[in-house]
Amino acid sequence: MSDYKDYLTRQVMLGKMNRREFLGRAAAFGIAASTASTLFATSAAAQEPKRGGHLKLGLEGAAATDSKDPAKALSQFMFVVGRNWGDMLVESHPTTGAPVPALAESWEPSADAATWTFTIRKGVKFHDGKELTVDDVIKTLQRHTDDKSESGALGVMKSIKEIKSDGDKLVLTLTEGNADLPLLLTDYHLIIQPNGGLDNPDAMIGTGPYKVASFEPGVRATFEKNADDWRTDRGFVDTIELIAMNDATARIAALSSGQVHYINRVDPKTVNLLKRAPTVEILNTSGRGHYVFIMHCNTAPFDNNDLRMALKYAMDRETMVQRILGGYGKVGNDFPINDTYALFPEGIEQRAYDPDKAAFHYKKSGHSGPVLLRTSDVAFPGAVDAAVLYQESAKKAGIEIEVKREPGDGYWTNVWNVQPFSTSYWGGRPTQDQMYSTAYLSNADWNDTRFQRPEFDKLLLEARSELDEAKRKEMYRTMAMMVRDEGGLILPMFNDFVNASTKQVKGYVHDIGNDMSNGYVATRVWLEA
Amino acid sequence: MESGPMTGPVLTDGTAGEPPRSADLSGMPAKPNPTGEIGGTFWRRFVFRRPLAALILKRLGLSVGLLFAVSLMIFGGIEALPGDFATTYLGQSATPQAVENIRKDLGLDRPWSERYLNWLGGAVQGDFGTSWASKNSVSEQIGNRLGNSLFLAFFAALISVPLAVGLGMLAVQFRNRMPDKIINVISLAAISLPEFFIGYLLIMFFAVKLGVATFPATVYESMSLTERLSAIALPVATLVLVVLAHMMRMTRAAILNVMSSAYVETAELKGLGMFRIIARHAAPNAVAPVINVIALNLAYLVVGVVVVEVVFVYPGMGQYMVDAVTVRDMPVVQACGLIFAAFYIFLNMAADILAILANPRLRHPR
Repeated sequence: MSDYKDYLTRQVMLGKMNRREFLGRAAAFGIAASTASTLFATSAAAQEPKRGGHLKLGLEGAAATDSKDPAKALSQFMFVVGRNWGDMLVESHPTTGAPVPALAESWEPSADAATWTFTIRKGVKFHDGKELTVDDVIKTLQRHTDDKSESGALGVMKSIKEIKSDGDKLVLTLTEGNADLPLLLTDYHLIIQPNGGLDNPDAMIGTGPYKVASFEPGVRATFEKNADDWRTDRGFVDTIELIAMNDATARIAALSSGQVHYINRVDPKTVNLLKRAPTVEILNTSGRGHYVFIMHCNTAPFDNNDLRMALKYAMDRETMVQRILGGYGKVGNDFPINDTYALFPEGIEQRAYDPDKAAFHYKKSGHSGPVLLRTSDVAFPGAVDAAVLYQESAKKAGIEIEVKREPGDGYWTNVWNVQPFSTSYWGGRPTQDQMYSTAYLSNADWNDTRFQRPEFDKLLLEARSELDEAKRKEMYRTMAMMVRDEGGLILPMFNDFVNASTKQVKGYVHDIGNDMSNGYVATRVWLEA
Repeated sequence: MESGPMTGPVLTDGTAGEPPRSADLSGMPAKPNPTGEIGGTFWRRFVFRRPLAALILKRLGLSVGLLFAVSLMIFGGIEALPGDFATTYLGQSATPQAVENIRKDLGLDRPWSERYLNWLGGAVQGDFGTSWASKNSVSEQIGNRLGNSLFLAFFAALISVPLAVGLGMLAVQFRNRMPDKIINVISLAAISLPEFFIGYLLIMFFAVKLGVATFPATVYESMSLTERLSAIALPVATLVLVVLAHMMRMTRAAILNVMSSAYVETAELKGLGMFRIIARHAAPNAVAPVINVIALNLAYLVVGVVVVEVVFVYPGMGQYMVDAVTVRDMPVVQACGLIFAAFYIFLNMAADILAILANPRLRHPR
């Protein structure tokens, strides 16, 4: 009873439920209407942010080798660090994923979506007191597009042909039209730095809500509130401390003993144990990341679509979500897009586990003998177990899968995108276009299913510059069907981001963009005394 | 991961009167290499007059050679690992263009011999270069981390060495009676539990359940000494439990070995007290193997504590080296490897010298 009340209250606080819904559900559960409206009032009142306090986060993913240069940020830890001290031109909306203004206060595309004009916000100061100008923005973007750059945003910036200013506006010219350009600028590497970070890329000087007070790579980072922040709807706590904790057990111990307020990467295996702690709140967010089994469409035996279909039908998705994700996830449908993306093609039939269909296609393919699947636990947490589960469900359809466990060290170099059948993961991308361009375009570097279809490429390029949303949605539907029914992708599940906090932490925003409230966790939450 | 400090050089069998040998320096040449007639005689005379100084000189010379060999092995090892720095650093997000840029930048496209000699040229002049990944000076970072490692090791040694030797003597005094049995059971239990498990147990009881200990054990620059000491209490306790049993049992075995000899019997017949016999008559003769085990455990406290560092989130050398190996950050791995090797060599040498000082018969190997 009180659990359910708790749940409803939380839904209100997360903004997932309005008053009418809340009262309806509460009534259905037999909570008196007067109690229910009081409840709603208290939980809504609790939304009033409190300022002050010292927030401690225990995060996985830091290493002594972390670079301070945002261009080279790779780890989860540095992702949060960057979010604390810097801003991009554009941010994405936590629930719709639409672009929202940040350092760019507005933007305007040309009719063919190939030229974009951004108005840069005025009166914003860097931490060192210098005023933000369009020149800083241009130099930043140039630093990330330079061919000699080692930036992680290099792939995103490839399509930008020219970066120039028009008075105090920024003008970007693209090699081709792209209706999603603003979302590309939300890439977490693209933090605007004074003079583009050319003088000192490691300075960690930005326009963000917190100033870096100390930073020891792989150990700890501390932050102080930036008094001159240009926004008031963020940065509630006075000081932040991020502690590197790469050991999952250490993170859980630190959270349950109250030494930190928030931890990331809770292992699905232990999440139910952690749930029992009275002071702890599990924060799981549906996201765009997904776990995949990938076949190369151009390599025997996977160059036969019947065999590919057989292997897709042999996947027991429901069991995967339950056993590998502990229920914290959603089943996938063999194309890399889910309903968290704008323009998601609804109504495509969910592919289910069907040993008979699998056996039928397998026979039709004429293949016999074992199929070799390579895997390793670095592919995704529990990947080896997942491969063994898959082996079992395929056996019922008469398909023999041989699971080969590869060393984690070097997996991304020697197995993924090299061997014809392996396990892997994908993080989300801001847009459908980017997801498809990254991994399903014929000539993409990371086309890890060797899906090479000229008509798909053509459609993708047309959709990219199409400003009519209905038309665009229809195109994405066709593309999704192509990948689902002819591609080399078996996508059993989209994984939730599973994090946890103490109950003191309020105002957590479930952001579909990326893990840890899209990295903004420390700037969005506040502490209840 | 092995539990306990059972890695590293092979031990002597602990019989007193045998010169202790260490695997990494096995077979000191019986005859020094005379480089010429005059030099040869000079060296021989020097060995005769100052056997200990000669031994140390020879050992130092060998150590330098050994460190060269170690650096070459580490370099070869990193070369043999799949993937180079550029591909592993970028991981799944490696575009050919970015990989190319990094390789060019660091000269990874040049042959390995040239890269090794380049690195060696710097290292000989004391310049370990900058970390490829974080672009920080390796020496500076290691200074920090090594300080942390030594801080942890120092306190663990301060508690465990006297405790182990004391308990060992106690066990001998009450041999085969209750105290001896209790000491044995507890030490065997501690040695059979993997160190991460001991760590987790301590965290569970003292940090989570009782809330009396500090966790995590992260130390950083702005901490006061008392804060630091409270932070490292649990990891030190874990390390003490891990290394205690080994040293304690060796002490017990070595002293028991001596206890059956004629002069101990004489001392007993003289009517001396048991404790005095152990401390004054038996212990000095049993000291060589004990010193060896202590040296080995001290080396372990600096070099082998990666697991404890990870569990307690302690920023020491082990963690630093593992992070660097993961991305093939060659300059960092090399520097860490050399420091670790130097530790082993130095501690072994110190152990041998102490053993010789304690037992003059060892000065002239037959």
